[in-house]
Amino acid sequence: MDDLLSEFLTETAEALDVVDVELVRFESNPSDKATLNNIFRLVHTIKGTCGFIGLPRLESIAHAGETLLGKFRDGALPVTPAAVTLVLASIDRIKSLLAHLAAEQVEPVGDDRDLIAQLERASEGKLDGAAAPAPAPAPVVVAAPPPPVVAAEPAPEPAEGQGAWDADQGRFLRLGEVSLADLEAAFRDAEGPEVVENKPAAVAAIAAPVADHDDEKKGTIGGNSIRVNVDVLESLMTMVSELVLTRNQLMQILRNSTDSEFKAPLQRLSGVTAELQEAVMKTRMQPIGSAWKKLPRIVRDASQDLHKKIELVMEGEATELDRQVLELIKDPLTHMIRNSCDHGVETPEVRLAAGKSEHGTIKLKAYHEGGHIIIEVGDDGAGLNTERIRQKAIEKGVIDGMEAMAMTDSQIHRLIFAPGFSTAAKVTNISGRGVGMDVVKTNVELIGGTIDLRSRFGHGSTLIIKIPLTLAIISALIVGVEEHRFALPQLSVVELVRAGKRLEHRIEMINTTRVLRLRDRLLPLVALSDVLGLMVDDRPDDRSACIVVMQVGETRFGLIVDEVFDTEEIVVKPLAKRLGTMGEYSGATILGDGAVIMILDPNGISRTVANVERSVNRLLDEQTRAAAAAAASAQQGDTRMSLLLFSAGGAEPRACPLSLVTRLEEIDASTFEMTSRGLVVQYRGRLMPLAAAGGDIRREGRQPMLVFSQGTAVVGLAVDAILDIVEDALDIQLSGENPGVLGTAVLKGKSTEIIDVGHYLSQADPTWAVAATRVDVKSDRKRILLVESHPFFRNLLAPIVTAAGYDVTVASSLEEARARLAAGAMFDVVLADADGAEMDEVPGAQVIPMSSRRDTAAVPKSDRHALLDAIQRALHRGEAA
Amino acid sequence: MTATTREYVTFRISDQLFGLSVIEIHDVFRPTRMTPVPLSGLEIAGVLNLRGRIVTAIDARSRLGLPPRVKDKQDQMLAIGVEYGGESFGLVVDEIGEVVRLEEADMEQNPVNLDATWSSVSRGVYRLDDRLLVIMDIDRMLAGASGADAAAAA
Repeated sequence: MDDLLSEFLTETAEALDVVDVELVRFESNPSDKATLNNIFRLVHTIKGTCGFIGLPRLESIAHAGETLLGKFRDGALPVTPAAVTLVLASIDRIKSLLAHLAAEQVEPVGDDRDLIAQLERASEGKLDGAAAPAPAPAPVVVAAPPPPVVAAEPAPEPAEGQGAWDADQGRFLRLGEVSLADLEAAFRDAEGPEVVENKPAAVAAIAAPVADHDDEKKGTIGGNSIRVNVDVLESLMTMVSELVLTRNQLMQILRNSTDSEFKAPLQRLSGVTAELQEAVMKTRMQPIGSAWKKLPRIVRDASQDLHKKIELVMEGEATELDRQVLELIKDPLTHMIRNSCDHGVETPEVRLAAGKSEHGTIKLKAYHEGGHIIIEVGDDGAGLNTERIRQKAIEKGVIDGMEAMAMTDSQIHRLIFAPGFSTAAKVTNISGRGVGMDVVKTNVELIGGTIDLRSRFGHGSTLIIKIPLTLAIISALIVGVEEHRFALPQLSVVELVRAGKRLEHRIEMINTTRVLRLRDRLLPLVALSDVLGLMVDDRPDDRSACIVVMQVGETRFGLIVDEVFDTEEIVVKPLAKRLGTMGEYSGATILGDGAVIMILDPNGISRTVANVERSVNRLLDEQTRAAAAAAASAQQGDTRMSLLLFSAGGAEPRACPLSLVTRLEEIDASTFEMTSRGLVVQYRGRLMPLAAAGGDIRREGRQPMLVFSQGTAVVGLAVDAILDIVEDALDIQLSGENPGVLGTAVLKGKSTEIIDVGHYLSQADPTWAVAATRVDVKSDRKRILLVESHPFFRNLLAPIVTAAGYDVTVASSLEEARARLAAGAMFDVVLADADGAEMDEVPGAQVIPMSSRRDTAAVPKSDRHALLDAIQRALHRGEAA
Repeated sequence: MTATTREYVTFRISDQLFGLSVIEIHDVFRPTRMTPVPLSGLEIAGVLNLRGRIVTAIDARSRLGLPPRVKDKQDQMLAIGVEYGGESFGLVVDEIGEVVRLEEADMEQNPVNLDATWSSVSRGVYRLDDRLLVIMDIDRMLAGASGADAAAAA
């Protein structure tokens, strides 16, 4: 019974998947008799088998559903979406019963009167008056003789109402039930196997050929395919891998002996082994269409829920890939399709207004490309709204304003893969909970795939997934460190670079971080020996090293190894569980020479790279902070910072803090336009007001430009020439006389005017509203603690307050501020960011709350005048107290 | 009722004699061409290829907190092949002894003062004529990365 039950469960699950697909197809084309016959036959089969094994609940639902389908088939009822929904609902109920059955071996208790009543109402609704007694939903275990082979003569039409005696089944037919003879007639109408065997299990097996028929392999498959347990295939695969290894070993031995009688037979063995390996690999392959079966139903349900008209077009269902990979992409695919339904395709009204057809199309496409399979999910919907994503990303803190400006449109688009990002205006039950695309991305990357995105605003977007055909055999680069060898999946290897003192490429150091100049970018480097914590003797720098340039997601980095051997097709073997917990390895493999080597996981290594980067950053931060603290204690008030030197309207250099500048650009001056607000230029899809940092703005040729941005505001500052970037202690010695100049500092031995960026920005764009006021140099320097978490304001405010003659200490968080105070540091005034958490009372100091908004009681950060005023008043208060 | 006897394969780790039930042992092999796994725990001696299967070799000495074996004796070491959780492991020991047949009733409980790591992997002790035989609980030996885990599992 157990075998029978499990067989039944497998068959039925497959049959139901087919029914889902067929029903959706049927709904869109109700006149398609063949489809309907298919559905009808499947449901009937399920019912029959349920009756045979004794599953009353399933049987009664299947029966009620079949009755309704029978009405469709006879043309007694029109096919309406509502009716199809009802049939789909009964299919769902059957599925949930099956799930319970699979888990518990018995049907769950309870009944389905509600659903059955609905189904009956639907089928009776159009019946003329035949108020037949409702069939008992109670269990009717049909221990009937199994369906006979033949029922060749055309059967009479199924009797309406009840009472018709079916000789084959030896009982009265239920309402709307079809006699077996009639069923056979239906079988003949539909394409399918000729012979139905005299066993219920075989009746159920009809489902299989139908599925194949679906894949356009008509008819014949039924007799040629068998069901094989996956474990058998797995062990076959293992054995073949072993065979391949043994073959390789033999070949290696043979290579060393010049003349051997084994040569010819070994050649033959080699050939056969290769073919065997290929054949076994094939058994693991499945058409991707089997992972797509549920999608039409999902699209249909989504379009009903969302009141959209969406058509799903599938292309390349026959594209084959490894069963294991197939399982792993099912969920991401489903999510992507849902996403397209929800965010991609617009409502019919919007589509019509945009001049598109009412029906949106989601196109699913799969094809092979060089050892990979590419899956595209495209829609002809609204496309990605770059601006909205940009704003949302800033709001959610995924990126900050400056980053947002510096990013290209496609970089912005890729932000939808960032964790916790969802632009859906409202959360629907389909998507929009913000746990979507990042999970998709993670899942795809887990199987060594990549995901990309193409989108045109107003024309739709396409997601492109590239995944390996199989996880079992991968192409890998074998690298060596000291005496160890490791395999690196070729998929993440971009290129190999040889670096050394006398070579074109050289490894350079920033602090303790190694980097490589590779074409136009700096590539962060990590040594594999460091990643793996191997003890390596300090090697002389002039020794050349191999650098494997790798790309993992967005991260590109170089992995330093001692040697690169060659590429090999390796069979991935899973790691023992206790080794598998380490992120650095994804498996192990046996090489041709019989040695076991570990396969490195590029994801794990890239995490290490990020850690190295972070720890370096932390180190640098600490160093800067330590330097700042030391300077503060010496009452010098100087902090090392990077300054951008440029010339503007004069021979002497001017400078501003580099961290304030978003980008350096050279823009064709002929594109500048004069408006009532002054000169503007179209920059990255928006109007950027321009201001001159001293000289004149050129009207022809190319104009060097510093671009500043904050949030969505952007301003261009025209300069004569960009000179240099220096890192120096910013010790402003003289307060500037002119508005727009903070003061003068000596940089690189030259007196340099430090410009007040805020002044120029407010000149170009009054909303920046940074009032320029003259600054009094304080004789006795008051100590000010600036608590500001946002780097932009930190960089903006610190120089302003410093230039006003105060001794500024910067804390980037409340915690840091508290730590400083706890350590005994004394301040006269604390400037605290009030946008986040409130700063607590500080003994002996006045706390000034400040805000980036103007509509609060706090001092606005963008108003320099108000800020300095507030500091002065606070100091007075402090002295009075 | 006949007294139940069991067959044990004896082996030596450092100076201690251990026993493992014969049915738990798949095979005994000489671990050659072992590939060390950087970053893995100390007791992981490496991975190796045993007739096409990848076997994780566990160093019994470091698992039991014993000093590592002398370098030049490394090529003499032997491994006991066992299955645990569907995976193949090799327990690297110093010497394999004979097979002994012992009465189950004769097994004595672990002495209470036995070190926690040791008592977690020991099922009990037999008094042989000349020395003591510790019966190893191979599952616990392979399961716990540290003695504390195994003790907690107990």
